[in-house]
Amino acid sequence: MIELTINDIKVKAEEGMTILDAAKSVGIHIPTLCHMKDLFPTGACRICVVEVDGMRGLTPSCAYPVMQGMKVQTNSSRVRIARKTIIELLIENHPQDCLICVRNKNCELQNLSEMYSIREHRYVGEKKDHAIDISSASMERDPAKCILCGRCVRTCGEIQKIGAIDFTNRGFVSNVTTPFNKGLNVSDCILCGQCILVCPTAALREKSHSKEVMNAINDKTKFVIAQIAPAVRASLGEEYNLPPGSNVTGQIITGLKRLGFKKVFDTNFAADLTIIEEATELISRVEGGKTLPMFTSCCPGWVKYIEQNRPQLLEHVSSCKSPHEMEGAVLKTYYAKKMGIDPKNIFVVSIMPCTVKKFESGRPELTEDHMADVDAVLTTRELVRLFKVAGIDFNDLPEDEFDNPLGESTGAAAIFGTSGGVMEAALRTAYYKLSGAELEDLDMKDVRGNSGIKESSVTINGLQVNVAVVNGIGNVGKVLDEIENGESKYHFIEVMACPGGCINGGGQPIHQKPEKLKKRVQALYDIDSKMKNRRSHENESLQKLYKEFLGEPNGHLAHEILHTSYVDRKKILEESQLE
Amino acid sequence: MHSHIFQKYPQYDRSSLIALLQDVQDIYGYLPEKALRDISNHINIPLSGVYGVATFYNQFRLTPLGKNVIRVCRGTACHVKNSANILVALESELGIKAGQTTRDKVFTLETVACIGACSIAPVININKDYYGRVVIKEIPKILNKYRKEERANIEQKVSAE
Repeated sequence: MIELTINDIKVKAEEGMTILDAAKSVGIHIPTLCHMKDLFPTGACRICVVEVDGMRGLTPSCAYPVMQGMKVQTNSSRVRIARKTIIELLIENHPQDCLICVRNKNCELQNLSEMYSIREHRYVGEKKDHAIDISSASMERDPAKCILCGRCVRTCGEIQKIGAIDFTNRGFVSNVTTPFNKGLNVSDCILCGQCILVCPTAALREKSHSKEVMNAINDKTKFVIAQIAPAVRASLGEEYNLPPGSNVTGQIITGLKRLGFKKVFDTNFAADLTIIEEATELISRVEGGKTLPMFTSCCPGWVKYIEQNRPQLLEHVSSCKSPHEMEGAVLKTYYAKKMGIDPKNIFVVSIMPCTVKKFESGRPELTEDHMADVDAVLTTRELVRLFKVAGIDFNDLPEDEFDNPLGESTGAAAIFGTSGGVMEAALRTAYYKLSGAELEDLDMKDVRGNSGIKESSVTINGLQVNVAVVNGIGNVGKVLDEIENGESKYHFIEVMACPGGCINGGGQPIHQKPEKLKKRVQALYDIDSKMKNRRSHENESLQKLYKEFLGEPNGHLAHEILHTSYVDRKKILEESQLE
Repeated sequence: MHSHIFQKYPQYDRSSLIALLQDVQDIYGYLPEKALRDISNHINIPLSGVYGVATFYNQFRLTPLGKNVIRVCRGTACHVKNSANILVALESELGIKAGQTTRDKVFTLETVACIGACSIAPVININKDYYGRVVIKEIPKILNKYRKEERANIEQKVSAE
């Protein structure tokens, strides 16, 4: 134990702890911008400087370890002036269009300006000038708003291990951008949106589909349907100051109806459908001696990653569409027929925790007869904005139920929103399909939790099925290398691009509190454990869908409607980049 | 054309990035996109990182140099002696900005921090020639010398064919 004083308060700290963490442990807040928990400090932004007795200059507290007998001042006038000057300089090289900014009232630079009572412009001068990159289908990059903290660069490079963007140039023209300053659409970016979640300003943000959605709702010829992903219901409440992990499914349904959606269905229905199709595909691969291991295909970020980086392994990816695309496809075929609506007039809006889903919804492979399975994708954040404009007082909304028949779901579908959930759900059904008996213990603790790679194995009818769950795209490299070297022992592998799964997706409410994520995960497991039906094959509406329309799982019609194909995006990217 | 340089540097050795960039620039006179991509694959640094380093250092260029490189001294003494306006005059005469190359690839315009010839400020340097106490009026005359050389070169080539 090390003893030091911070602002004359005696503090006991562990060796190796930073001054920042030691101060936090006694309730002293030090502002940070570039600091990222669990990553090696860079000390780039200097906003966390403190005064240490005996040291000549100010010390960045995020990067400096505590020492025995150290005397630290975090609130001296020298410190305050230094911090205030840094903030003033950042603000003066910033567009200052807060009133019309998408991050208004949720911006770290704005918060710091308020916290340090910036009341005048002291350093008016030339501002940096960069064009907005709108090239990608999911995200916008606005480098004029960038304060060069580097959190996006580190998230992309060190956590996701993609490295689509980095610092370029130097001095006044220094800029975070893609190679050769070309658009994100021709970079290595997989559009996961993890950079949006760490951006302190609006330099990174989603590409909004709100206008398209509201136009469709106002178009009387359109039958506009919403579907909600599992992870949205566990996080949206946070935007209305509800405790993290509040399940607000009922309120979202009411809100969507009040926005003007004709029907509100549950993506969880299609998650159950995905499980049936995916489990059937897995079994046929195992029994037919076909390509193994099989990868899940629910996560479009992961699909984009393997298309861009290892197209030679695409055979390993399940041909199943992702759940919301399946829901859209069933809505425009089965449901349209059942209700007597022309599928061309159906407009399907997916409410997703995800930014890549926007890109996915535009994939030509997910379009049939000039009709996309899903017409627009709203992130959790965009939906909240629509609720606000419409004057929907979320906290006072009564609860409603999903419409049927595409609203019924099981517990297995709910846990799709968290890392390991798809695996757990698939095994529950695969076990039944292979053995004819039901799995006794439905909670598979091995595939839950926060590790980068989680492993488990289940013995079904004497066959040992080895499974792995890759939690975050940064961990997938090792698994892929094993397959390329012929060393993989797995049969089935789930990959989610975002660390933690969809609950931490790039379209979720922005916060910097990891404890919130745990609560979101718990909310999904609670939904599962309270359900009467916890196995996808027990979904009665689903059984009816197969009986009335689809026929057999993996059958001819199922293949046509629910399965898709992939493209070698590496080749496409290389060609486009060299032009 | 540049694949042989990779033999000198072990695969996945991140520390050889700058040496690789220098070798490539020695071959082409600048850093072509394809070469940066090959470097990125060879040492396993994302392309964005390679591009970041290539744009950070002044020694690296991402576009080919023109036949004649004009360097305008922007050191303190030259600044006092009006070098800012000399740069502006050169930019408008050539129709490019500092750091760029004319479309006919005849001139590249650059600035340098100090040439070390402060006694004859303001100074510009073209290839191996130095011009001291430059006044804006004589800039077209200075450039014409190189334009004439270029024209002579072309005529020689045409008549040879």
